[in-house]
Amino acid sequence: MAKVLMKGNEAIGEAAIRAGCLNYFAYPITPQSEVAEYLSKRMPEVGGVFLQGESEVAVSYMIFGAAAAGARVFTTSSSPGISLMSEAISYIAGAQCPAVFVNIMRGGPGLGGILPSQADYLQATKGGGHGDYRMLVMAPASVQEAVEMVMQAFPLAEKYRNPVMILGDGLIGQMMEPVEFPDNLKTEPSNKNDWATNGMDTRGSQTRNLVKSLYLDPEVLNKHNLTLKAKYDRMKREEIRFEAHNTDGDYQALIVSYGTMSRVCRTAIDLLKDQGIEVGMIRPQTLFPYPEQAVLEAASKASCKAVASIEMNMGQMVEDIERSVRGRRPVSWFGKCGGEVPTPEEVLEVVKGLIG
Amino acid sequence: MGYRHTINAERCKGCGLCVSICPKKVLEISDQVNTKGYFPAYQARPADCVFCALCCVMCPDVAISIVELADSDHKA
Amino acid sequence: MGKTFQKPLALADTITHYCPGCTHGVIHRLVAEVIDELGVRGRTVGIAPVGCAVLAYNYFTFDFQEAAHGRAPAMATGIKRVRPDLIVFTYQGDGDLASIGMGEIIHAANRGEKFTTIFVNNAVYGMTGGQMAPTTMPNQRTTTSPFGRNVDDVGMPIKVAELIAALQTPAYVVREAVITPKNILKAKKAMKKAFEYQVAGRCYSFVELVSTCPTNWGLTPVDAVKWAQNTMLPYYPLGELKTPEGKPAPGAEH
Repeated sequence: MAKVLMKGNEAIGEAAIRAGCLNYFAYPITPQSEVAEYLSKRMPEVGGVFLQGESEVAVSYMIFGAAAAGARVFTTSSSPGISLMSEAISYIAGAQCPAVFVNIMRGGPGLGGILPSQADYLQATKGGGHGDYRMLVMAPASVQEAVEMVMQAFPLAEKYRNPVMILGDGLIGQMMEPVEFPDNLKTEPSNKNDWATNGMDTRGSQTRNLVKSLYLDPEVLNKHNLTLKAKYDRMKREEIRFEAHNTDGDYQALIVSYGTMSRVCRTAIDLLKDQGIEVGMIRPQTLFPYPEQAVLEAASKASCKAVASIEMNMGQMVEDIERSVRGRRPVSWFGKCGGEVPTPEEVLEVVKGLIG
Repeated sequence: MGYRHTINAERCKGCGLCVSICPKKVLEISDQVNTKGYFPAYQARPADCVFCALCCVMCPDVAISIVELADSDHKA
Repeated sequence: MGKTFQKPLALADTITHYCPGCTHGVIHRLVAEVIDELGVRGRTVGIAPVGCAVLAYNYFTFDFQEAAHGRAPAMATGIKRVRPDLIVFTYQGDGDLASIGMGEIIHAANRGEKFTTIFVNNAVYGMTGGQMAPTTMPNQRTTTSPFGRNVDDVGMPIKVAELIAALQTPAYVVREAVITPKNILKAKKAMKKAFEYQVAGRCYSFVELVSTCPTNWGLTPVDAVKWAQNTMLPYYPLGELKTPEGKPAPGAEH
């Protein structure tokens, strides 16, 4: 299979097409507008649907309508746009429709900045919209991984009948890296005749389908929420993914980091190795469900003195690490939020400071 | 050929719109309450009904229907 | 003599939750009659609003989606773009379409999305208990304009059909009323024409229907009709505002 040098945003767009998703609705926002620009040319080439909507709000409901009608569909946006889409994400989860959202994070809060950040971790994993719902959240650390996660997102969304989010950052969107599009990840859309409003004639049925999220009877709504919760519990059992780095031997500290930040941490770990200091890292690939057990085990190594969350935000992942570690080790945070990326040297100094 | 005009008293909410628009003043509001607590409309002067169906068109609850009768029904 | 009259197939048997005399019931029936007459029930998808008609899907026997407040035109866009063969309509009230959803309706109409909108204009927010709407008449009392709508403070009511008709993209835009049998029959003709344009894949179609809300107007159903005739019809003129072939000549329809 050929490797192509591609900008992350464009590779994400291409990945969706290779996954058999030929429907894209979006609104421009830095730093991910190139996805829309790329797909505005590419979708017509493959006979797909491209539409630039009038706002992220409108786009998120175009996604809902199309998904509810049984189509494989996705959108991309960045932090403030994802805030606007959060209501629709709640509706889509409540109505049990599959859809894929890609957030190329930028600095926040508010208008913030256009440079990369990881400042939407809590929004993505704890819910940006209202009600008891979660999204399956995956965080790529390279353009290649973004491609694979986008391609995996569609069957996952259909397996759970739930929105799935790819949490990238501006670096993933903007950088160019070699990419291969795997053939073995393409899947056919699942049979949606049980629930989708794809027309009674299409289903050859006299029974109509209804997609809704309103349940006025409290017992019925409770039961519905238990159904949703069961899906999220199943995600916790079946979909956790992470990468362990340098954790086989003894190490004095554990870094937990995801996305492009984890690559900087890898370099820091190499630099520390050169100085004779071993540091391990757990890189969550799914942020929900969170690899709690993996973090707990890695933190509990006898030689490990401290755990550090290194992220491009004000410490949003610290609570999840603390919960995983259950008080066995101190957890601290280092990060930058303005769009600067911490350097390997900065990470090195922070970790050395923790080890003492 | 005859027609039968039927008001489904359980569907009717007694809004009175049919009573107000009937050109032949056939309809009135009954004093027999239905199970929902409404006083439904009924044909007070059925013989005057010309089956214009304006009441059917006006009714928000599709409570009124008119069916064509087979000849034998009409004679009986 | 008369004609037979039966409940259409596309309308469910369920007794509606609408108030006595509420013209939602009439409009639902007209939609169902048109769907039956065009023979498209097997490929129709309706989109319910947030408003009194939030439960509209309980009263129809074809596929339905429930939209967030104001967003039905965006959802309709999504469906129609991925499945142009489906017959899609949004059914929206004053708040849903003319307030929170104003952006979505203008843009869907302007893009010429080929679905149909049924806009129920009863000059008030029904479901939430009678608050002022963008379509509330001057000096009309509502629960949030207890001294009457003060146009110096909050402006004049919005004539949505005119707003949609002013867009440059070809569309079918019409306003009728559903408050007397005569105008109900005209409304049905307009609605059928709107759906026929969609079946032909021709253009966006918009049907505004002057309606009553007896409960929140504090009037009997019969008096509500009179109020709508005297107060709303002079302000919201009936007739075709625009067809895809061009604006109708003055005096064309009414």
